[in-house]
Amino acid sequence: MFRHSLKVFAIAAVGAALGLPAAVHADDEVNLYSARQENLIKPLLDDFTRDTGISVNLLTGRADELLQRLRLEGRNSPADVLITVDAGNLHQAKKAGVLSAIESDVLDQRVPESFRDEDGQWYGLSLRARPIMYHKDKVDPSELSTYEALTDPKWRGRICIRSSSNVYNQSMVSAMIASEGSEAASQWVEGLVANLARPPQGGDRDQIRAAAAGVCDIAIANTYYLGAMLAGDDATQREAAEQLGVFFPNQEDRGTHVNISGAGVTTHAPNRENAVRLIEFLTSEEAQRWYAEANQEYPVRPDVPASEVLQGFGDFKMDTLNLSLLGEHNAEAVRIMDRARWR
Amino acid sequence: MSTPPPTLPQPARPTRRRPVSRPNLWQITSVTVALILALPVLVIFGHVFLPTGDVWQHLRETMLGEYVTNSLLLLFGVGVGVLVIGVPVAWLVSVCEFPGRRIFQWALMLPLAMPAYIIAYTYTGMLDFTGPVQVLIRDLTGLGFGQYWFPEIRSLTGAMLMLTLVLYPYVYLLTRAAFLEQSVCVLEVSRTLGSGPYAGFFRVALPLARPAVIAGLTLALMEVLADYGTVAYFGIATFTTGIFRTWYGLADPAAAAQLAAVLLSFVFVLILLERWSRVRARFHHTSSRYSNLPRYQLRGWKATAAVAACLLPILFGFLIPAVQLSIWAAQTTSHWVNPAFAQLVFNTFYLAALAAVIAVALALILAYARRMQGGFITGLAVRVAGLGYAVPGTVIAIGVMLPFAWFDNTLDAFMRAQFGISTGLLLSGTLAALLFAYAVRFLAVSLQTVEAGLGKIKPSMDDAARSLGMRPLGTLTRVHLPIMRGTLLTALLLVFVDVLKELPATLILRPFDFNTLAVRAFELAGDERLAESSSAALAIVLVGLLPVILLSLTIERSRPGQRQRMQNRGEARQNEPLAVPAGTQTA
Repeated sequence: MFRHSLKVFAIAAVGAALGLPAAVHADDEVNLYSARQENLIKPLLDDFTRDTGISVNLLTGRADELLQRLRLEGRNSPADVLITVDAGNLHQAKKAGVLSAIESDVLDQRVPESFRDEDGQWYGLSLRARPIMYHKDKVDPSELSTYEALTDPKWRGRICIRSSSNVYNQSMVSAMIASEGSEAASQWVEGLVANLARPPQGGDRDQIRAAAAGVCDIAIANTYYLGAMLAGDDATQREAAEQLGVFFPNQEDRGTHVNISGAGVTTHAPNRENAVRLIEFLTSEEAQRWYAEANQEYPVRPDVPASEVLQGFGDFKMDTLNLSLLGEHNAEAVRIMDRARWR
Repeated sequence: MSTPPPTLPQPARPTRRRPVSRPNLWQITSVTVALILALPVLVIFGHVFLPTGDVWQHLRETMLGEYVTNSLLLLFGVGVGVLVIGVPVAWLVSVCEFPGRRIFQWALMLPLAMPAYIIAYTYTGMLDFTGPVQVLIRDLTGLGFGQYWFPEIRSLTGAMLMLTLVLYPYVYLLTRAAFLEQSVCVLEVSRTLGSGPYAGFFRVALPLARPAVIAGLTLALMEVLADYGTVAYFGIATFTTGIFRTWYGLADPAAAAQLAAVLLSFVFVLILLERWSRVRARFHHTSSRYSNLPRYQLRGWKATAAVAACLLPILFGFLIPAVQLSIWAAQTTSHWVNPAFAQLVFNTFYLAALAAVIAVALALILAYARRMQGGFITGLAVRVAGLGYAVPGTVIAIGVMLPFAWFDNTLDAFMRAQFGISTGLLLSGTLAALLFAYAVRFLAVSLQTVEAGLGKIKPSMDDAARSLGMRPLGTLTRVHLPIMRGTLLTALLLVFVDVLKELPATLILRPFDFNTLAVRAFELAGDERLAESSSAALAIVLVGLLPVILLSLTIERSRPGQRQRMQNRGEARQNEPLAVPAGTQTA
C-alpha cells in the first residue's frame, strides 16, 4: 500500500513538473498581477470576460512581492497588468521600470489628474480616505480639527491606530512629510504615539471595534472598513460601527488624507491592447459602481456617486497631493516611526 | 543533560568507511541534490556583501534591540512550553495505560493542523475586549472597560501561548516515535535493576530519546523564528517583522536579506552547538529483541492527572478553535458550498501530498549518502539547506525566484541570440518552482526526522547486508526502509501538514489562477473578515486530520514489538519486505 502510493506520487510529481507550462499566450487573454484580493476583483473580471470575450488569468499577492516577481521575471514576465491598493507601491513599480506609459484618451478623460501618474504609467481605480473616527458619546466633533491637533495632551490615552508596519499608516505619514516637512511630521508622530490608548495591534476594523467598546475614544482607520461594517450582515459589527462618527480633518487647509487603488500596464506586456482594455473597463461606470457598492470605496470618477453609506459620512475636501510623493517619502516615514517607537 | 548510564547505549563505531577511489553515484547525486537545495539559502547569504547605506545604523539606534529581545523571549517561552507539554504526554501515551489513551495518542497531534495565525485570529476574536467572553463578563458584572482585569491576548505571552499550542505536536510526535522505537529490553533491564517508572523515564528512556526530543524542539523553534502572521497581528516586533519592515517599509531588500542572514547564522550556530554536544553519544538500538512491555496501569488521581495532561492541549490547541471556526463557517455557507471551494481543497491536498513525497525522498537520499560516506561538502550543504525552515517563507521564495528567473532569462537570451527562438520562462511561475521552494523550506523537517530514524539503526546492519552481497540501494530499500517505516510516515505527515498551512511561498510563487486553502484563508483573515475565512481554515484542519489519524495508527503498528507479536500470530506475510521484523536482519 505504502509503496504503491509512493509510485503514484512519483509519477504525479514528474507529470506536474513537466506538464505545466509557465504561462499560456493566446490572443484573447490578459494576465493580471493583483494586490487586490481575489474576492474583491474576480466578479469584475468575470464581467469583463463576459463583455469582451477576453479571459483574465489572475495572480493575487502582496504588492511588494508581486513587484519583486515582476522585476525578476524581466522581459519574459507573463504579466500585463499590475494592480495595487496604494499609491506608494505604484510609484515603486514605476521607479523599478516595470510599468510603461498608457496612451488612452478614455482613461485621461475619466481619471482626474491628481489620481494618476503624470507620465501616464498608472491610473487610480478607487479612493479611500483615512479620517478620524470618534465615539459619538465621548467626543464632540467640535473638539476635532486636524490630524496635527491629535497630538494635544487632552487626547492622552484616547487614540487607537494600528501598527506602523501597515502601508496605510506609512502613506499617511509620507503625505505629512510631503506637505509639512519631515521635522513637523516627526513631531506629529511622536505626539500621536504619546497619546495612544494601547500599543498598536490588530487591523483597522479592530481599532473601530476598540473605540466602540470604550478602549479609546478615537480611531484612525480607512473609510471602507467602517463602510463595510455598517453595510455588512454581522449585527455586532454593525452595532459597533454605529457608535462612531466620521470626522474629516484638515478641511481648512490641505484636506483629508486619501489613497488610491490603481493599475498600470507592464513594460513587457505580451497582451498590451487587452491590458489597456481591462484598465479602461475597471474605470467604466459599471465597474466604478461595483467598487462603491461592494467594497464601500469612493469611485475615482467624480461622475459616479459613492454608496449611500459613504454619502452618509458627508462630503469632504480631499488632500490633492501628488500621490507619487507617498512612495517617494515612504522610507523616511518608516524611519520617523521607528524613532518614535510606533510599533 | 547528563550522560546516559554507560551500559545502555553502546558508543557507535565510526560509520565512515574508507574513501572510495572513484566517486560513486550516491556521492554525486547527494552532493548535487544538497547543493541545489542549498542554493536559495546561499542566495540570501550572498546579500551580506551588498552595500546598504545607513540602514543598519538606523536599525541599531531604533528597533534592532527590540527585534532581538522579543525573538529570544519568544524562542525561550515556546521552547519551554513545547517541552513541558510534548515530552510528558508522549511518555504517558507510550508506556502508561489510562482511560482514553488510545484516542489521545492520535488526538494529541491535531493542533498540528492549525495554522498559527488562524489560531491567533480565532482566540483574539473570542477573548478580545469585544469578543463573547469579555462581553459575557461585562453583562454579568455590569462593569465597563478598565474596571476589571483580563489578560491581554495580543501580547508577547499571548503569542508564546498560541505558538506553543500549535507547535508542541512536533516534540510530541518525534519523541513518541522515539519511545515507541526504543528497544524495550533497555527498559526491562532498567526495571530488573530496580528502576521505578520515574527513574526509567529520566535515566533511560529520556536520554535515549534525546536526539528525537531535540529534533522536535529544533523544528518548533525554527517555526517560531519563521512565523510572521501571529506576531504581526499581535503587534510584536520580532526579527521576522523586522525583515519585512526593512524590506518593504525602508525599501532596502539588501539590508532585509542581511537581517535574514543574521537570523540564519544564529540558527546555524545553535544547530552546530547541539550536534557538538552529542557528538560522543550516538544512540543506536543495541538490542534486536523486542517484546511487549506491560504498560503502567494508572489509577486514581494519577489517571485523572494523565487524562488532564493529555486533554488540555487538545482542548485549547484544537477543540475550542475548531468549534469557533465551525460556528463561523456555519454562518457563511455561501463561501464554501460551491465547486470552486472543492477545487481549492483538491489543489491543496495534491500539492501537499506531492511536496511531502519529494521532501522525504530527498531527505532519504541525503541522509543515507551521509551515512555511507559522510562527505564534508554534502554535510555542509545539507546543513545549509536545512536552515530554510527558520527563514520566513517569503525570503526563501525570493531565494528560489532569483536563480530560477536568472536561469530562465539567460537561457531565453541565449536561445534568442543563437536560434532566434524564445523559450520564455520555463521554471519561474510553475508548480515545479513552488514544489522546489517547499522542498527547501521543509527539508529540515524531513531530514531531522529521517536522520533521527536512520541514526537509531546499528551500522552493523549495513555491514551485514553489504557482506551478504546487497548493493547500497538494496540495503536501503530492503533493510532500512522497513525498519524506518514509522519514521518515514512521521516525516511524510509533518511535511504534508506543513505544506497545507504554508502561505508566504505559495502566495508569491504560485501560477496564475491557482489558489490553496491557506491563500484563501489568509486573504480573508488578513482583511479582518474572520468569519468568511473560517471555512478555508477549517478545511485545512480537516484535510490535515485524515492523514494524521491514518498515519498515527500506522506509526503505532510500526512499533517493533507490535509487529513481531503480529508475526508470531501468523498475521504478517513472510515474503512481504515491509513485514520483515527489525530483529531478524542481524540474526
